[in-house]
Amino acid sequence: MSINTKIVDDLVANDVAFVTTVPCKQLAGVIDEIEQRDEIYHIPANKEDEGMGLCAGAFMGGKRPAIIMQNTAIGVTVNTLVTLTQFYRMPLPMLISFRGELKEPVACQVEMAVHTKALLNQLHIPTYHFHKQSDADELDAILKYTFMCNKPVAILTDATFWGGY
Amino acid sequence: MIRSEILRDIAPVISDHLVVCNIGLPSQELHMIDDQPSNFYMLGTMGLSSSIGLGLALAQGKKVISIDGDGSVLTNFGTLPTIANNVADNYILLIIDNGSYGSTGDQPTYAGRKTSLAAVATACGCENVVECRAEDTRAALETALAGDRMTIIVAKCESGNIKVPVITMDPVVIRDRFMKTVQA
Repeated sequence: MSINTKIVDDLVANDVAFVTTVPCKQLAGVIDEIEQRDEIYHIPANKEDEGMGLCAGAFMGGKRPAIIMQNTAIGVTVNTLVTLTQFYRMPLPMLISFRGELKEPVACQVEMAVHTKALLNQLHIPTYHFHKQSDADELDAILKYTFMCNKPVAILTDATFWGGY
Repeated sequence: MIRSEILRDIAPVISDHLVVCNIGLPSQELHMIDDQPSNFYMLGTMGLSSSIGLGLALAQGKKVISIDGDGSVLTNFGTLPTIANNVADNYILLIIDNGSYGSTGDQPTYAGRKTSLAAVATACGCENVVECRAEDTRAALETALAGDRMTIIVAKCESGNIKVPVITMDPVVIRDRFMKTVQA
């Protein structure tokens, strides 16, 4: 089974039915997989804070949401994470491509990578880092944890996890 | 007419529906005029009223009205193509366009100058866009609620504010009573 299929199988098994995405090259396969699943309403967003608003609405409407985005989005969404997702206590699994880590070819991506974990830590967002594909064995438990505690939770997935660029 | 007068006028029309209300004075005014558990007040996060409302409308079948402002739509302009391309016929976006950032001291927005939000929404692909005078907002909403078609209403009104208290209700209480209304 491909890693993309495994990730989306875990989302579906945890009743995630509403997924918003802002693309990244590394996330292309998982986004394709989501688009193919009848169990998931896929709604591409133009910006990640917009996507978090969509997810908040879907959650209040009774559908479990998730967002898929790049780590640069952490810089974009601090206010939304704090004043919407956290302030109203809403669950939000965030599957994040961790650009700027080992094997990164684009220097500018490193500038955001060095702040990513510090920002997530400052925001008190539980954070998991997938480096090897076997790390994804915990995704099911992470999703259950997210919907148990009603918090945004970050899953950082680096280039080594995805098998390079 | 100013925004608070529109809200007073439409309150009886929207009170039985799910309402997502924009940050700042619009939420404070609606809370003062007609507090309902079916109102979701935004206490932060400028710009996302339309996105929250669309997500809510797509996730369940009850009618949803997002009350937004011209400044907030300008802040989250990407919302209009998303709305256009994800049609929810139980969704109404009411943009109260007073041409200013009301909650921050009535600084003018570009919507009060050369930019037409109705034209932008149409260009983004929204198929049922209605621009009306403030006085006609209630009738436009009644028509939209009577139909089963996603509608964007741009209500042009005058700039101006009234004195209102801030909302002190806990956000989790706002969210909890709102979700119970959604599920009822």
